[in-house]
Amino acid sequence: MQLLNTLYVTLPDAWLRLDNDTLRIEVERETRLRVPLHHLTAVVCFGHVGLSAPLMHRLADEGIALVLLDANGRFKARLEGAVSGNVLLRQAQFARGADAAYVLDMARSFVAGKIKNTRQVLQRGAREAKSADEAAVLIRRADDLAASLRVLPEATTLDTVRGVEGEAARQYFSGLPLLVRPDQREHFAMDGRTRRPPRDRFNALLSFLYAMWMNDCRSALEAAGLDPQVGFLHALRPGRAALALDVMEEFRPWADRLALTLINRGQVQADDFDLREGSVSLQGDARKSVVTAYQERKKDEITHPLLAQSLPLGLVPLVQARLLARALRDDAMPYLPFVPR
Amino acid sequence: MLVLVCYDVNTETSAGRRRLRRIAKVCESTGQRVQKSVFECQVDVAQFEALERRLLAEINPEQDCLRLYRMPQTRGFEVLEHGSFKAVDFDAPLVL
Repeated sequence: MQLLNTLYVTLPDAWLRLDNDTLRIEVERETRLRVPLHHLTAVVCFGHVGLSAPLMHRLADEGIALVLLDANGRFKARLEGAVSGNVLLRQAQFARGADAAYVLDMARSFVAGKIKNTRQVLQRGAREAKSADEAAVLIRRADDLAASLRVLPEATTLDTVRGVEGEAARQYFSGLPLLVRPDQREHFAMDGRTRRPPRDRFNALLSFLYAMWMNDCRSALEAAGLDPQVGFLHALRPGRAALALDVMEEFRPWADRLALTLINRGQVQADDFDLREGSVSLQGDARKSVVTAYQERKKDEITHPLLAQSLPLGLVPLVQARLLARALRDDAMPYLPFVPR
Repeated sequence: MLVLVCYDVNTETSAGRRRLRRIAKVCESTGQRVQKSVFECQVDVAQFEALERRLLAEINPEQDCLRLYRMPQTRGFEVLEHGSFKAVDFDAPLVL
C-alpha cells in the first residue's frame, strides 16, 4: 500500500537536491537521507528548507507535489507539475459535496470523531480526579457523550447531526472545568464555550489553540490538494474554510487537553490574560509560550490506529487529509476520523 | 517487489573502475546501498525491467558478474537485519 510516501523535512538548515533519480537531503554538506524519487508522491518542507532548481523541475516532471509550509505549519505554497490529479480530486470533492446522503455520512463521521475524543478527555479526567464526587460527575458526563454517540447513526438530517453535536458539546464543556486544578478554578472558571469574543480566560486560551489547530488542518488539506472551503458538516459560506473546520473537530479535544496541561502545570497563569470589557485575550508573552508548548506537543508520538504506526501528533492532520482525499475518490474507503487507541 | 542487486566488477583496469562507478550510480538511483556492492530496491515490474536493462548496458559480461534476486511480496519478513547498518524503509513515514 502506497499511502504515506510523503517526505517531511522539518530541519531548517536542510538542503534538498537532485542526485540522479534520488532526492538527497544534506545538512551542513553531509548527506542525511537519500530517497529514490519513485517512492515519493509529495515533499513537504517546513520553514526555510532550501532546495535546488533542478530538483524542483524534476519534482514537477515526475508529478511529485512540493508543498511549502512555514515553520509553524501554515500553508505557503504548492508546486505541482502540468499533469495533476488535483482537478479530479476536487471534482470528486464537489460531487460528494452535492450528494446529500454522502454529506450526512461525512458529517456523522466528523461529529463521531469529536465526541469520541472529547469523551476520552473526560474519562481520563475521571480516572485522575482527586475526589470521588467529581469522578462520578465526570463519568456521568462521559456516559452522556456515549449516549450522544448512540443516537448519531439515527440522525437523518444535517440539522439533527448538528443538534447532537451541540448537545454533546454542552455536556462536555459543563464537565471540563472539573479538570482544572482546584486552586486555579477561580481564575479559570468557565460557563460553557464562549467565542467572538471569549468571555473568560479558559475560553480565550481555547480560542487561541483552536486557531492554531485550524491553521494546521487547513494547511494539511491544501497540502493534500483538497479545497478547504468545500465542507460537509459546516455549511458553505464565502470565506469560511468549512472542510478545515470539519476535519478540525476531531482535533479540538487535543487543544482542550493542552489547555488543561498549561493551566494545571502553571505554564499559563491568571495574569497572562488581558481582561477587557466583555472580552479576554492572551497577552503577547504568554502567547509565545503557548505557541511553544503547542509546537512541543505536536512532537508527541501518537499511534495512529488505522496505520498502526507511531507518528508525531503534528503530522496526523496531514495523514487525515490524505485519508480524506482517498475516501472522496474511492467509494470503498469511508473516512475514519482520528481516534487514538 | 523487493529486488536485491549484487555485483562483482573487475576493477583491475580503469575501464573496470569506471563500470563500477556507473553501476553503483544506477543502483543508487533506484534503491539504497545496504553493503558495498549490494543494493535493495523496492520497485514494480516495469521499474525492475528498466533497472535490469540499465545494468546490463553497463556491465562487461566477460569480466563482471551481476545477480538480481527478486523477493516475493511478504514485506517485513524477507530481510533480517543485523549489525551497524539500518536501512531506510521508504514506505514508512519519512520525516527529517
